[in-house]
Amino acid sequence: MSEGLSPLDRPNSYIGRAVPRPNLARLLQGRGLYVSDMTLPRMVHVAFVRSPYAHARIAGIDAGAARTAPGVVAVVTGAELAEVCTPWVGVLTHMKGLKSAPQHAIAVDRACWVGEAVAAVVATTRAEAEDAAALVEVSYEELPVVADMEAALAPDAPAIHPDLGDNLAFERKLDAGDVEAAFASADAVAQAEFVFGRHTGVTLEARAMLADWNPGEQRLTVYQGTQAPHMMQNIIAKHLGLEETQVRVVCKDVGGSFGVKVHVYADEMATAALARMLRRPVKYVADRVESFLTDIHARDHRCKGRIAVNRQGDILAFEIDDLTAIGPYSMYPRTSAIEANQVVNLVGGPYKTPNYRARARVAFTNRNVMCQYRAVGHPIACSVTEGLVDLAAREIGMDPVEIRRRNLLPDDSYPAQSASGMKFEALSHHAALDKLVAMMNYPALRAEQTDLRAKGIYRGVGLASFIEVTNPSAAFYGVGGARISSQDGASVRLDAQGAVVCHASVTEQGQGTEAILAQVVASAVGATLDKVRIILGDTDHTPYGGGTWASRAAGIGGEAAWRAGVALRENILKVAGVMLQADPSALDITEGQVIDATGQARVGLDEIARVVYFRPDTLPADFQAELIATRHYAPKAYPFAFTNGVQASWLEVDIKTGFIRLLGHWVVEDCGRILNPQLVDEQIRGGVVQGLGAALFEKCEYDARAQMLNANMADYLVPMASETPDIQIGHIETPTADSMLGAKGAGEAGTAGAAAAVVNAVNDALSPFGVRLAEIPLTPELVLKALGVVL
Amino acid sequence: MKSAAFDYVRPGTLEQALQILSERAEGARVLAGGQSLAPALNLRLAAPELLVDIGGLAQFRYIEEGADALRIGALTRHVDVERSEIVARRCPLLSRAIAHVAHPAIRNRGTLGGSLALADPAAELPACMLALDAVIHVAGPGGERRIAARDFFQGVFETALRPGEVLTGVEIGGLGPDRTYGFAELSRRRGDFAIVGLALAARRSSTALSDVRLAFFGVADRPVLARAAASALGAGDMSAARAALATDLKPVSDAQASSAMRLHLAGVLLERAFNETLEASA
Ligand SMILES: Cc1cc2nc3c(=O)[nH]c(=O)nc-3n(C[C@H](O)[C@H](O)[C@H](O)COP(=O)(O)OP(=O)(O)OC[C@H]3O[C@@H](n4cnc5c(N)ncnc54)[C@H](O)[C@@H]3O)c2cc1C
Repeated sequence: MSEGLSPLDRPNSYIGRAVPRPNLARLLQGRGLYVSDMTLPRMVHVAFVRSPYAHARIAGIDAGAARTAPGVVAVVTGAELAEVCTPWVGVLTHMKGLKSAPQHAIAVDRACWVGEAVAAVVATTRAEAEDAAALVEVSYEELPVVADMEAALAPDAPAIHPDLGDNLAFERKLDAGDVEAAFASADAVAQAEFVFGRHTGVTLEARAMLADWNPGEQRLTVYQGTQAPHMMQNIIAKHLGLEETQVRVVCKDVGGSFGVKVHVYADEMATAALARMLRRPVKYVADRVESFLTDIHARDHRCKGRIAVNRQGDILAFEIDDLTAIGPYSMYPRTSAIEANQVVNLVGGPYKTPNYRARARVAFTNRNVMCQYRAVGHPIACSVTEGLVDLAAREIGMDPVEIRRRNLLPDDSYPAQSASGMKFEALSHHAALDKLVAMMNYPALRAEQTDLRAKGIYRGVGLASFIEVTNPSAAFYGVGGARISSQDGASVRLDAQGAVVCHASVTEQGQGTEAILAQVVASAVGATLDKVRIILGDTDHTPYGGGTWASRAAGIGGEAAWRAGVALRENILKVAGVMLQADPSALDITEGQVIDATGQARVGLDEIARVVYFRPDTLPADFQAELIATRHYAPKAYPFAFTNGVQASWLEVDIKTGFIRLLGHWVVEDCGRILNPQLVDEQIRGGVVQGLGAALFEKCEYDARAQMLNANMADYLVPMASETPDIQIGHIETPTADSMLGAKGAGEAGTAGAAAAVVNAVNDALSPFGVRLAEIPLTPELVLKALGVVL
Repeated sequence: MKSAAFDYVRPGTLEQALQILSERAEGARVLAGGQSLAPALNLRLAAPELLVDIGGLAQFRYIEEGADALRIGALTRHVDVERSEIVARRCPLLSRAIAHVAHPAIRNRGTLGGSLALADPAAELPACMLALDAVIHVAGPGGERRIAARDFFQGVFETALRPGEVLTGVEIGGLGPDRTYGFAELSRRRGDFAIVGLALAARRSSTALSDVRLAFFGVADRPVLARAAASALGAGDMSAARAALATDLKPVSDAQASSAMRLHLAGVLLERAFNETLEASA
């Protein structure tokens, strides 16, 4: 590699600049290609008959009327589909003791949640399929329903899967340091029970799949809005009894994922299986009601927490006991125990405190399945930790900023390890907190708060420090036996007119992966951005890799692309050296031109490509040019590249109505090297808004029979622009030394801490009333009850 | 979800519309702005055989003022009311209320007649009509009828409209310089249907309010007049008015709020709407 200026800050570098996304014009002009836009010859549509009961035996299915309805091609039951698609069990070997039951693509003899598919109706249009689905007569025998997490673990609770013995899917305990002694020696102990509502991802585009079995090729092509094409290729092949080479997964435009589209859904597996069975293309696009009933839900934790402090404000210990309920099956293949496991890993994570005890239990219930959604476990861990820290501060009369300054891991203490064993390469809690306090003008807000209180207006400030898991290594899933790649690859090629084409295994979900890769590749090669094309999402064409999840696309996929780009530049310079009779190490490439040490442009990339591709006869006989380079990258030095940050919320509580008005939100975070500041800020803002949704609005409401009551966009409240305050963002940059780019992830930081900051702010606002709220979403009713205004 | 199949006609005259509606009876449904009906179709909550789109009856899209009255056609869109100088001048209660109805995209299409005919118990406009003591005009196979707002709203999505009838407009009388209004509502997000809302209309003399009408919405199966509270307010006694709400209202409980919380919020809104009338006169 040619030396000189660091490649990251070469004069023509796009790294660290807010370049426009290459796909923006196309998407804004409505020229995107989502699965629902696609039509294939002989394509048919599937609609599912879904269980109206949370738990019922399927006594019989009469599809007679449906089969003869207009347009109907087939009506397929679970038993029929099971002949082409085997069931799966969502466990991982490193999640010790995790158990689950076999799940079928379509329920075979028993439905375990409201919305589980019990039959598929395939017809020439979706409307006809729905018409006919209404004609399928299913006789159900209701079974006892396990409606919520406490009921699930009651001694006399009916086991949802009798073979498993009980409804406890997973339990983990951790005991670090000397928790007993710490609590015994404390000057003050505070405790609370934190309650987190069940919510869901609400992607703009619903889940969608178009599966096309070609009998001539014996190959299945699956067009899917997915985060992880190679994972899907593996799973579809495995359960349809195919070789992976017989399955191609193509992922075009995706309208948001947030973790919803990284799991294996029964109805999507059924769609692939139906295509195979019917030997023609089958399309499934979830409607909004299906999305609410079957897209993974998340959170739904009840976590008891305790904290011990001394009078000086040193946090002596944390203790938690977390309970969550995941629905009737652990999701496949990532499992539904990861969130609880993360809660155990992350509580207390920003702090020095060595004494920490935790228990987490995961229960089965007859609600919709639950699994990883943006910021897995983080909002729970952060809300519990930061809620406890504020309670401790209140007990000893210390300012919330002060107690954090006293206890956050010092910025010069790295490498460090948390009480739960998380390894930190380098974090910047104190720099972040200092910056946040300055950005928000903390003293001014406190003064305003005091003034307004005298007028009966209650405003509050809430802080939340957090850590975020990014760039996961194989420690996340690979070691547990899942074929989920933690490495990613990129292949970068110089084309005949000097343009650069990059194929990469990470995927675009709307977050800007294409932009990141384009600027990384352009900078690494020395090309201009308009000459770079990025191709993603096709298992036939891209290198093998994990895709988009756990804030890894930029940090891991970007690094692979950087290394491939650097390698291609070296290869190009070898050609240039031969052509110019110069030492390649004295040459460089900038803005598509090979330059010499004086900065003089010597030859363009187009000319190099012309010579290599069309006049190789003019190059020496013993020289073979290679104008393509492929590199892969997997994080090695640390299991995860932890990032850190801190958020603050400023809000007003109307004590007469219980309504909360968000007035301002600040985030300072450290994602290492910032590749594109605009995309990082957008990730943080979007993440914060999802966290605000959890804090104030979003909840999947269930009744005692485990019926979801608000499975529509009118009753399930997502935050909208009017409810969202301005979100100010600041950065600290602590690059990871594990990669050349030094980029860590930024996708989940916003979601990790937003709710914690809001709840702390509400409690701060209501501190004159001694109110301590610890439940989200924080509805007006909860506020009024806490104030004793209504019972 | 996709809606079930239906037939569609767009009659050019009211007579044609009424003719078709009477021929097709139960199987037909009037389509106005479609902002409530289209979602219901797509959720298969409604599956009419025929949609009779009255959007072509341009004569029912108007806002007219008389000496002491305001007349608004059924096909007047929410956005028309929102931007109307006449409404702002003659009946500012509606200008205030309309801003709380949904979002701009929906207000561009949704109609006054559609909102009243739908009779959502948490909707703003039916409550305004009740507070304003408006008269609702309908046309049907048996000719025209005029129905007082207090008789028109009969339950959740239930009105005095008979099969085959079309709502053609409203008339709001008794307008004059002594009219004063207040409006307040609480919804979880801007543009949502209210948890509780209040439309207040009254006459103002130098000393007090008279003719007070308090129409609460979101509290029952239809908008409700709080009569005891209104007379206490007329007597100038706010705390008695708040207390009287407990007899006037028997609020519903749902996932958004318990009955007790709604009653409490109704009291808060009463004070806020009343203060607004004071500010207006200040
Ligand atoms: C996201 C969203 C939020 C909303 N929020 C609010 C809100 O906060 N407050 C609120 O009040 N509304 C709200 N709405 C509803 C909106 O105001 C509708 O426009 C209105 O309720 C119905 O008017 P429309 O013209 O669209 O009627 P349509 O949807 O066309 O019809 C509604 C019903 O009325 C009948 N109908 C319509 N016109 C007539 C007529 N002239 N004669 C007889 N029958 C008729 C139809 O047959 C149908 O049954 C919301 C809607 C949406 C989609």
